[in-house]
Amino acid sequence: MYSGDLTAATAAETADLIASGELSADECLGTWIDRAAGDELGAYLWRASRDQADAGTAKVGGPPSGVPIAIKDIFCTAGVPTTAASKLLEGYRPPYDATAVTRVRSAGLPMLGKTNMDEFAMGSSNENSAFRPALNPWDTGRVPGGSSGGSAAAVAGGLAPWALGTDTGGSIRQPAALCGIVGLKPTYGSISRYGMIAFASSLDQCGPLTVDVTDAALMLGLLEGRDEMDSTSVGIEGGVTRPQSEDLSGLVFGVPGDLIAEGVDPGVKAAFEATLGKIRDLGGRIEDVRLPHARHGISAYYVLAPAEASTNLSRYDGVRYGNRSPGSNLVDMYEETREQGFGPEVKRRIMLGTYALSSGYYEAYYGRAQRVRTMIVRDFDAAFEAVDFVVTPTSPSVAFELGEKTGDPWAMYLNDLFTVPMSLAGVPAISIPAGLAEPEGGGPGLPVGFQIAAPAFHEQKLLEASFALEGAIGFDGSKVRSGI
Amino acid sequence: MIERDQVLHVARLSRLKLSEEELASMQKDMSSILDHVDRLAEIDIEGIEPTSHVVPLENVLRDDVPRPSLDREVSLAQAPDAADGAFRVPSPQAEI
Repeated sequence: MYSGDLTAATAAETADLIASGELSADECLGTWIDRAAGDELGAYLWRASRDQADAGTAKVGGPPSGVPIAIKDIFCTAGVPTTAASKLLEGYRPPYDATAVTRVRSAGLPMLGKTNMDEFAMGSSNENSAFRPALNPWDTGRVPGGSSGGSAAAVAGGLAPWALGTDTGGSIRQPAALCGIVGLKPTYGSISRYGMIAFASSLDQCGPLTVDVTDAALMLGLLEGRDEMDSTSVGIEGGVTRPQSEDLSGLVFGVPGDLIAEGVDPGVKAAFEATLGKIRDLGGRIEDVRLPHARHGISAYYVLAPAEASTNLSRYDGVRYGNRSPGSNLVDMYEETREQGFGPEVKRRIMLGTYALSSGYYEAYYGRAQRVRTMIVRDFDAAFEAVDFVVTPTSPSVAFELGEKTGDPWAMYLNDLFTVPMSLAGVPAISIPAGLAEPEGGGPGLPVGFQIAAPAFHEQKLLEASFALEGAIGFDGSKVRSGI
Repeated sequence: MIERDQVLHVARLSRLKLSEEELASMQKDMSSILDHVDRLAEIDIEGIEPTSHVVPLENVLRDDVPRPSLDREVSLAQAPDAADGAFRVPSPQAEI
């Protein structure tokens, strides 16, 4: 019997314990099933029994085999409820696994459960879940961020060793920041999206939410690669290895002053500045870098993402799967089904997107936003000529209170101000915990995320720098994970 | 401010039957979001090509080899209504 506290261990450490025989995979799964069963954060929408967790999991030796994983409810899981936190899909059991799910399960990872999220990944607080909000384990009166809020709460609250999430405009990085864990959005195209319920297809990407950078590298290594079921997947050349770097000498970190000049809470700003100091201590150089159009990213994003969503979500018509509301004729049935099945934010985005794509408005909105996107892509290209990385706070504030921003859609959207530009450019970006800051109005410190972005497909370089910096920051979220 | 008629038109295109209450809040929310989005008009986009995706790929081809797909029963198993090996829907012509 292993006597230690598994919530104090990272997934990589747990994998080593299993590989060395100190901990059996059975015991490990039992411990985590018990932890997940005690979920008081609303992190899970569905939890696996021991048999369900193991079903479909390959029996392979070698790390990280045996370390269970929580999966965002946006991934199709064969025979297991998959709702994307929408009433429209309540009760749906897909006939197949998403490729990302197949990959982690064939590496021997049991599935602990399906995690809560904003409906169809639209939101930054998890309050748009049709079932219940997830709560932030650091302060249960506050949101965990979103849309991968359940995945972030599960890892930060010690209900899962690690979790799979998706990021369209910040949905991995922002909840990771607000919950004090690591979240990585890999390069667009590095991981297959087959079986991942589509929101905005030119932006959607899946990735890891983990306790530390090493775990993120380990999971990315399992996930990345070309998949013939997703023609946009190309993988990461050379794969991903465990990061080892201890210093940052010779590396240049660009701070986009024009992007982060306004709207950052003082506590977040202080933690950001302190982290820049740590970069210098490790031998890295800080330089100003210009991303002149990045501040417009949020406006471009809220045209492009809803436009793509309005077409992607047209498939929910009550015919082939999901729930149907009765109607007197075919069109009436479609309209009733969608009226009853979708929540307010999803309807808002479908409406905005349909408007932006409608005759007479297409060029003014969608066409223009696509051109602004090109300018943002070029901003990043030019920046990476001069610097190795672009760094910002992940989110302008620490975790906010439940209900604080639900009345004003744009105030909610501004959470993604610093994460959206990287999504539009398709480059990889990670959020690592940078320390704690008092929320506005005072109170105990809450986690702050530090975002690092790298050129496309430079994940290894990004992970090496993040690993070195993580060591210097020395953030410790283990008390919140163990629940003490 | 986006007109109420326009909101109704977009709702119809979106196949969404909005209640009176929803129409009013949708009109307000869309207007306020579009006010922010309209700032894109300040940017000079003359001569800039649109970006639809960022993957360095053009056509992706594979050999045209037949392979099994989902069985009919499996495909129909999640349908709200199915009969005779097909999805069943209300008549398109029926009066409301």
